[in-house]
Amino acid sequence: MMTDRIASLWPEIVLFITLSIVILLGLSPQAQWRRLTHWITGLGLAIALLLSLYAPEVTGLPVPALAQFIKPAACIMGLLLLLGMSAVDDRLETRLAQGLKFDPLLTTRGEFLAFFLLSLIGLMLCTSATDLIWLFLALELTSLPTYVMVASSRMKNVGHEAAVKYFFLGALSAAIFLYGFALLYGATGSLHLDEIRAALVAQYEETGSVSVLGLMGVILSVVGISFKIAAVPMHFYTADVYEGAATPVSAFLAFVPKTAGFVSIMLLGGMIVGLGEDGQTWPEAFRVLLWVIAVVTMTVGNTMALLQSSVKRILAYSSIAHSGYVLIGIIAGPGLWAAGTGAAADSSILTSNGFGAVVFYLLAYGVMNLGAFLVLACLHDPERHQDLESLDDLSGISRRHPWLAGAMAVCSLSLLGLPPLIGFFGKLYLFSAGVSAGEIPLVVIAGLNSAISAWYYLKLAGLPWLGQPSAVTDRLVPTPYLGRPAAAFLSAVGVLVLMVAGAPIMRAGSEATACDWGGAASVAATTPSPIEAADQRQSMLPPDDIDP
Amino acid sequence: MLLALLLIPLVTAIAVAAAPEKQARALALCGTLVGLLLSIVIAVQFNYQDAGLMQMPMSIAWYDTFGLNLSLGIDSISLVLILLTTFLLPLTILGSFTAVTQRAKEFFAWLCILEAAMLGVFAARDLIVFYVCFEFTLIPMYFLIAVYGSANRAKASIWFFLYTFTGSIITLAGLVYVAWAYQMSPEGTGNWTFDIATLTAFCSEHMTAAQQGWVLLALCCGFAVKVPLFPVHTWLPLAHTEAPTAGSVVLAAVLLKLGTYGLFRFAVPMCPLAITTYAPLLAVLCIIGILYGALICWVQTDVKKLIAYSSVSHLGFCVLGLIALTSIGISGSVAYMINHGLSTGALFLCIGMIYERYHTRAMDDYSGLAKVMPVWATFTVFFILSSVGLPGLNGFIGEFLCLVGTFISGDGANPGTLGPMYAAIAGFGMILAAIYLLYLAGRVLFGPLKLPDTHHHGHDDKGDDHAAPTLPQDLTGREVLVLVPIAVACIVLGVKPGVLLAPIAAPIEQMVSAVSEAHTRHAALLIDGAPPGLPPAEDDEAALASAEPMSRDIDTTDNRPSELGRKEGLGQ
Repeated sequence: MMTDRIASLWPEIVLFITLSIVILLGLSPQAQWRRLTHWITGLGLAIALLLSLYAPEVTGLPVPALAQFIKPAACIMGLLLLLGMSAVDDRLETRLAQGLKFDPLLTTRGEFLAFFLLSLIGLMLCTSATDLIWLFLALELTSLPTYVMVASSRMKNVGHEAAVKYFFLGALSAAIFLYGFALLYGATGSLHLDEIRAALVAQYEETGSVSVLGLMGVILSVVGISFKIAAVPMHFYTADVYEGAATPVSAFLAFVPKTAGFVSIMLLGGMIVGLGEDGQTWPEAFRVLLWVIAVVTMTVGNTMALLQSSVKRILAYSSIAHSGYVLIGIIAGPGLWAAGTGAAADSSILTSNGFGAVVFYLLAYGVMNLGAFLVLACLHDPERHQDLESLDDLSGISRRHPWLAGAMAVCSLSLLGLPPLIGFFGKLYLFSAGVSAGEIPLVVIAGLNSAISAWYYLKLAGLPWLGQPSAVTDRLVPTPYLGRPAAAFLSAVGVLVLMVAGAPIMRAGSEATACDWGGAASVAATTPSPIEAADQRQSMLPPDDIDP
Repeated sequence: MLLALLLIPLVTAIAVAAAPEKQARALALCGTLVGLLLSIVIAVQFNYQDAGLMQMPMSIAWYDTFGLNLSLGIDSISLVLILLTTFLLPLTILGSFTAVTQRAKEFFAWLCILEAAMLGVFAARDLIVFYVCFEFTLIPMYFLIAVYGSANRAKASIWFFLYTFTGSIITLAGLVYVAWAYQMSPEGTGNWTFDIATLTAFCSEHMTAAQQGWVLLALCCGFAVKVPLFPVHTWLPLAHTEAPTAGSVVLAAVLLKLGTYGLFRFAVPMCPLAITTYAPLLAVLCIIGILYGALICWVQTDVKKLIAYSSVSHLGFCVLGLIALTSIGISGSVAYMINHGLSTGALFLCIGMIYERYHTRAMDDYSGLAKVMPVWATFTVFFILSSVGLPGLNGFIGEFLCLVGTFISGDGANPGTLGPMYAAIAGFGMILAAIYLLYLAGRVLFGPLKLPDTHHHGHDDKGDDHAAPTLPQDLTGREVLVLVPIAVACIVLGVKPGVLLAPIAAPIEQMVSAVSEAHTRHAALLIDGAPPGLPPAEDDEAALASAEPMSRDIDTTDNRPSELGRKEGLGQ
């Protein structure tokens, strides 16, 4: 089994080797060696992508197939982000261009990319967590590098301020979810996810409900982790940090820690899924908590976004709102995968799988949000030494940059969920999972929230085309780093391609989250035995059909 | 074939966007004319014997996880609306040749995209395809209003978008709810599908009256905004007034019909029990809309706003006829959709023509135009009369059938829950329509001559007046060419309404009988309690009596088209 685990970790190992090389090369006094760091990072990511696509299936994980979806997704997003990150950290190069001497203390490029890779490794490790220690370390490995990335991405005080805020709130959240982990340990006497699950199930079968201590543990962990996904009440940092960090880093923050957070919530939720009173999916306290968090998160995100004038802040609040939507998928739970009812056919198993909707939406959100952020990073205002930021800057850019304006329109309309763009199908999946779980009021609230969000997404999509160019708009110059527009267009194209051909990915996402959640099926009286459930799963999953 | 019909405008749009500025309009015109030709070919190939069946079906898998397919098909109702769309679009484009001078390429490209989306709505056989097209009409329209509109365009376009988007999201929730209920039911055996025929049959047969009520409410949220019905109509006058001429024409002639088409295609057949219960409520909203819209028209000083409010008033009739649930009323309602599209579209074109010359919409600025623009005046009076409902022209037939349908609704021999009172009150709307439209004609066309100063721009701030001097005072040949086909269509439909009414009869009969059947079934289920969805009168027996002859009739003559239609839908 140990060798199995290691075999499944090859993508992470490759990335780790890459980052060791990159951090050394970044210190090189020769410019061409330093320039190589980007290429090597890209190469490492590409190899990791291939390895993760053909990784052997590992037994013994709580959700065995999850890694097969999240890891390739992380690598693909990593490649896109890397393209977009080109030259975030050009302090040394500007110094050298001014004729100053090479100073190894100023080299940030290698470190920056190393931290970038470390954070991605953290995300990938989250998917294969088997115990709480592993989960904690993976989560922190995702978050800690991001603090440094925020601080070093922009040589301005705003960057440092953002990093400090982010760090302190991150530390607070880590304390909260560690406390939750401790309670879980106290309640069950184990750190191992399987054993925790087994202990909670045993308590449930004895008393008909999950023990208060165990439930508190899960709830505290989830509340702590809600920092990573930028959900209310741990959302306060989002707007400031996204605004303070360099734009590509903001895009990174909106995908990597968020995905890690949702993966952990799924794993921790897996401890108590199916253990609700009267055979509900969730214990009532947990469901109500998530319900309230989801509603407040999406509403706060959308209403605050209405009031902003900075595009980055709008996208930050939109990121909060989207976490609220994704929580619908968590509340819907793994659907019939957990209940294990045998009568249902293939498509309803897939569509009622809220966790599948979560991972699919995260990927779709990652792509469209990345596009929207990177369009901002493509235009530079030489007078203020910053990228495009406020709505006024965006006004009328279509006259001079029609393609960028087009990418912005595609991405922001997709974020709005306008059919037939991919955001619509993501939301459709989330909402139908919600409806399947009987959460109709929640889905209606989410729908109304989408309508509120139409106001600001329309501004983002429309202003470049409809607004009058301002003085700022005229002095905007395209960024010299071609990777950024390339990544922005690739994201916009990705939105369009997924729109046409997203079905296999949706299926893959659903299958990736498919498992019996540590014997949830064995809890409910009507469900078949684990062997039968496994047989069903075999018959439901055509083995050659898995195409992440 | 249908796919080609959808693709032609899209390809045209791309070609227009890529072509040089000068060729753009000609290219757009050609593309839409090809679309018209193709739709005529489709109309010729259409099998009118089985007009109630979905014909020319096609299906491509899309998101198969959801059972979501790109499936298209048309019955005769879709066909006539498709013809209306493809007929009006080339004329609209021809009519805006000189009106749009800035960013003309985009303008025509957006119009073509809009056409594709509208055709998609009418040809969709899958709920999500329908919804995708329904929503996607917002984007081209948003840009048409926001870029090419007049002074208040920013507000108008945002209102338009937010209003309709909010409404239709709730509609989507309702539709997903139906699809979910279907896959949970024994009929669905756990498979998701968004096939319209399957879900309609399921919803009408297996959902309780209360469930149908919720579905109806959700559907109405989206469709009533689009129609628009009384309390949610406020976006319309604003959008109409601010939109460019072509935008107003398409908005009035086709986009509003998406709402009535939605009600026709989904609300009534999906919720037969609920619609009978709530028909009086909806009818009250329609009648308020009819009278209130008409009264507002009376005091309007802005020509475009007047026509916009007249749309609110007129579409009230259309929905009233639909929810009367008698075959006469529904025929009238469909005829009204077409006729309103023709006459109101033409009126907006006429107004656009003088707006292009004088850049003001205020009625006070004009008087006695008939003296200097005799040709224009002739057309305008003609379309005003058609809109008023002068017998012999097209407007009359729809209005008359709607009112008759409402009148006989629920009288024992006919299904439905409306009655003479509703028809009588709504009838005042016809009188008011005559008053305000003739008042408009009198003020603007006759009386002492008064022309606005050409250099005075009224509310307009766009300053695109450099087109104006090139136009002669009366209509050019091109403008006449725009109006003549519509006028001919008005006369044809007025003199020989059978051209329109004969093909649409079969699907309507089918729908009415399906509604009756649903009630019969419901009554049989609740034999010892008063079924909530039935007309109050002597309950079960009356409903049975009224329902049975009709269904038997269908059995023998039409070979149960509803069953066939459903099977055919399932087969795809």
